[in-house]
Amino acid sequence: MGLLGLVIPMEGGEAEDSHWPPGVHSFDGRPLFPGAGVDWINNHLFQAVLGAVIVIGVWIWLANGHKLVPGKKQFAGEQIYNVLRNGIARDILGHEYRKFLPYLVALFSFILVNNLFGQFFLLMFPTFSKVGYAYALAMLTFILYNAAGIAKWGVFGYLKRMTLPEGVPPALWVIIIPLEFASNFIVRPITLALRLFANLFAGHLVVVVFVMGGALLLEQASIGYKLAGGVALLMSGAIFALEIFVAVLQAYIFTVLSAQYIASSIAEEH
Amino acid sequence: MLPILEITGSLNMLGYGLATLGPALGVAWIFASVINGTARQPEARGALLSTAWIGFAVVEALAIIGIALAFAIQ
Repeated sequence: MGLLGLVIPMEGGEAEDSHWPPGVHSFDGRPLFPGAGVDWINNHLFQAVLGAVIVIGVWIWLANGHKLVPGKKQFAGEQIYNVLRNGIARDILGHEYRKFLPYLVALFSFILVNNLFGQFFLLMFPTFSKVGYAYALAMLTFILYNAAGIAKWGVFGYLKRMTLPEGVPPALWVIIIPLEFASNFIVRPITLALRLFANLFAGHLVVVVFVMGGALLLEQASIGYKLAGGVALLMSGAIFALEIFVAVLQAYIFTVLSAQYIASSIAEEH
Repeated sequence: MLPILEITGSLNMLGYGLATLGPALGVAWIFASVINGTARQPEARGALLSTAWIGFAVVEALAIIGIALAFAIQ
């Protein structure tokens, strides 16, 4: 199998003979302790925990030893923090943004680190291309924006605000209320999770197609196939660059939409 | 034939590819309008963007529902 063997260990599923074509099975996890009855402890869980550790460690490292005249480290940390604080939290949430800032910063960093694992050579797998992890994050945001709204307006006040926009004539209530309810409580968390998942799933699948397909073509006898395989492997570099962009973009969008949903549930009348 | 060249799978994916055209145009128009608005009145960028993100989420929901159904319906 030669070259293909280099790729397979990163993609899991060592039981099957053929890994081509890539598909959902390319996303199977590898249990860290096979046969111990704890198969849910797999490399994806390890990545998620590692991501959390990295996020906590990096922010503590960046936050320590601040001086009046910032050094390089402090400057870099403050630049990132400023984008999140001023560009996302303060612009969207208004004067109440401080309460939600830690959540948004943690969310952005965690998603970003886990997405970049998809391009990191030891792990080569974006954690959120497993839909369960994306659902868990969306559920956190769902709980947070509902809790923030209920804490501010009370249960019934919040429900009324979220299901009935101002100035709707009573004749339309029977249509508007179910629509708004479905939009705010069902579609929002699901699309939040699936947007993150679908982007990373598709991106990782494209990477797998280019890299594995290229390796497979390189092994064929014909010189034309070898040439095509080389081109495919070179092109995978461009795909990796695109995936790095998508990783940052999706982390940003998830954070912005979380802030936006919180803002809509605590917004004053206008 | 080389096994790598066999095409198998569901036509759903082709349908999904076609279905992404709508959300693609929608998202494009939303951000094109934001760019236009920002060019006309740069200080309104924040207000334009915050509305745009909501609109973007609603429009992209169509594409996301599409990919979910493309996988779910066999």
